[in-house]
Amino acid sequence: MPSISEKFAERRAEGRAILVPYMTSGFPSRSASVDVLTGLVEAGGDVLELGIPFSDPLADGPTIQDSTFRALEGGMTVEGTLEVLAEFRRLSDAPIVLFSYLNPLLRYGLEAFLADAEEAGAQGLLLTDVPTGADSEVEGAILDSALDLIRLVAPTTRPDRASSIAHQGQGFLYYISRTGVTGAREALAGDLEEEVRALREVVELPVAVGFGISTPEQAALVSGVADGVIVGSALIQALDRGGPDGAAAFLATLRLAMDLGVDGARTLLGS
Amino acid sequence: MESEGERFGPFGGRYVPETLISALDELAAAYEEAITDSTFREELDLLLRDYVGRPSPLYRASRLEAYVDGPPIFLKREDLNHTGAHKINNTIGQALLARRMGKRRIIAETGAGQHGVATATACALFDLECVVYMGEVDVERQALNVYRMELLGAEVRPVGSGTRTLKDATNEAIRDWVTNVETTHYIIGSVVGPSPFPRIVRDFQAVIGHEAREQMLARAGALPAAIVACVGGGSNAMGIFQAFREEEDVELIGVEAAGEGLNSGKHSATLSAGKPGVLHGAMSYLLQDGDGQVAPAHSISAGLDYPGVGPEHSYLKDIGRARYVSVSDEEALKAFHGLSDLEGIIPALESAHAIAYVLKIAPEYRERGPLLVCLSGRGDKDVTHVARVEGGARYLGT
Repeated sequence: MPSISEKFAERRAEGRAILVPYMTSGFPSRSASVDVLTGLVEAGGDVLELGIPFSDPLADGPTIQDSTFRALEGGMTVEGTLEVLAEFRRLSDAPIVLFSYLNPLLRYGLEAFLADAEEAGAQGLLLTDVPTGADSEVEGAILDSALDLIRLVAPTTRPDRASSIAHQGQGFLYYISRTGVTGAREALAGDLEEEVRALREVVELPVAVGFGISTPEQAALVSGVADGVIVGSALIQALDRGGPDGAAAFLATLRLAMDLGVDGARTLLGS
Repeated sequence: MESEGERFGPFGGRYVPETLISALDELAAAYEEAITDSTFREELDLLLRDYVGRPSPLYRASRLEAYVDGPPIFLKREDLNHTGAHKINNTIGQALLARRMGKRRIIAETGAGQHGVATATACALFDLECVVYMGEVDVERQALNVYRMELLGAEVRPVGSGTRTLKDATNEAIRDWVTNVETTHYIIGSVVGPSPFPRIVRDFQAVIGHEAREQMLARAGALPAAIVACVGGGSNAMGIFQAFREEEDVELIGVEAAGEGLNSGKHSATLSAGKPGVLHGAMSYLLQDGDGQVAPAHSISAGLDYPGVGPEHSYLKDIGRARYVSVSDEEALKAFHGLSDLEGIIPALESAHAIAYVLKIAPEYRERGPLLVCLSGRGDKDVTHVARVEGGARYLGT
């Protein structure tokens, strides 16, 4: 089973960027979750982010909030998410990053969670509400575990802090493309390219960009400057509209656009 | 790295998206600079005197004392502040801070609407743009306060997600802040949220306790045997406790909302029945289920209807410096009527919880010394709600 770093290295050697689809566990239903995830891998997803639903997702916009509330209504739990992951793992070796708020993991017991997540087949963990340095006990436990601790850098992060975060990161560095919550946006931040280039100059870890990426053209643009493209809300909208096939079809257009580049994508899309 | 923020024992900290770290650093630095700047303190003190109406009186409630056969009972009259509650002590302070930081847009969350009104008031005074997030349930049960905020020039944004109360209004305010952090200051309304908010709000509310201490010594010649204050997030309690923290003989009692009873699952007694967890940027006691999902809170009082609590209260509980008790909706309603009947003071439903606890314990204190109660707000905002709950349709013009 490849690690996250190996997956990035493999794509980099091919001259392609990594595509990271985000999916909320238990959305649109517990029974559909595994099929949704395997469909995303088949459509070109390299590393998957699997979201553990939380009642108060304050870093998320309306789309992921809605998927979260519907997953909770369907009875999804931390334990249930690990079961989904374990079932997926029997079918695919694509690396999985668990995406969570801290509280459900504390309640589960952090050490127990880290052990169970490893056993279920997770490679990484991203905590939206534990910025680097916020909790040495929590961060230390993750760093001591088999899971990569995925760190985030925001446009508001000062350069010295960004560099320090990057040095402590594992797997890849998650660059938040703009201030705000998750959610599809029509336009990317104007200075995104410049920001990502500057970041890549000071870090060795691969940099993946997320928040707001919703079109093939945006994905192609970002893959031109970053090592990876993360897509969440737009994918969940596609899933909600078109079911697992709709989500896979949407992701496949992003994959194609990323592999063809901006001009190729424009030609392909006839714009 | 210094992003951990301030903690109170294991509680507090900064459990927020990375995007907010620089704003919290900026706020902490601006606050440190402001409190050592005598012109800031002078301007704040002048506004607290001439605009808010401080010092608020300390009133001895003699008829209440006689009714309960208790010790001298003193009410710290935060209900007489401009806008009708203690909330304005904090909003004036934070609006001054926002102005220092050059931020012209203010956001706030509100439950009962008192903090929203106090924020809208401060924004009118300082000519700042103001957006207040309020759960749809609260918009309905506190309709009058919605109108007051709009009258003061604020935009009230109803929040329809989750439980549609204060918890979700706070989520939405944080989402706004993450999005507009470079232009916006978030005036949080209680001693909750990521560091440095709990300390800033506590310090701005500490004026309650500092005044009360002097007033007690002048009037009763003694410190109180116990101080009683209601606790939702806990800002009025922290404000009145602060000046007495080092006085070990002064008992500190926080009163939470037991709603329909601690065993009913419909309450807001976070410290009495919750477990440590993380919500809204801080580690603190939290009402939650076995999967770590935040449990819906309930109280007849919108201002106490919150599943979290300020991290410093969690600390005071764990070290045993304060104790936390709870009273039910029914007991609070009885106290709401009682204080109105006996003293001609209609308390806010939040503050009625503190009065209700005093009604319970006063006889025990007859030999031990005076009780000091924080009457954190007035009940004008609650009369329609109470009339409806009690079936008083004839008062409602329907």
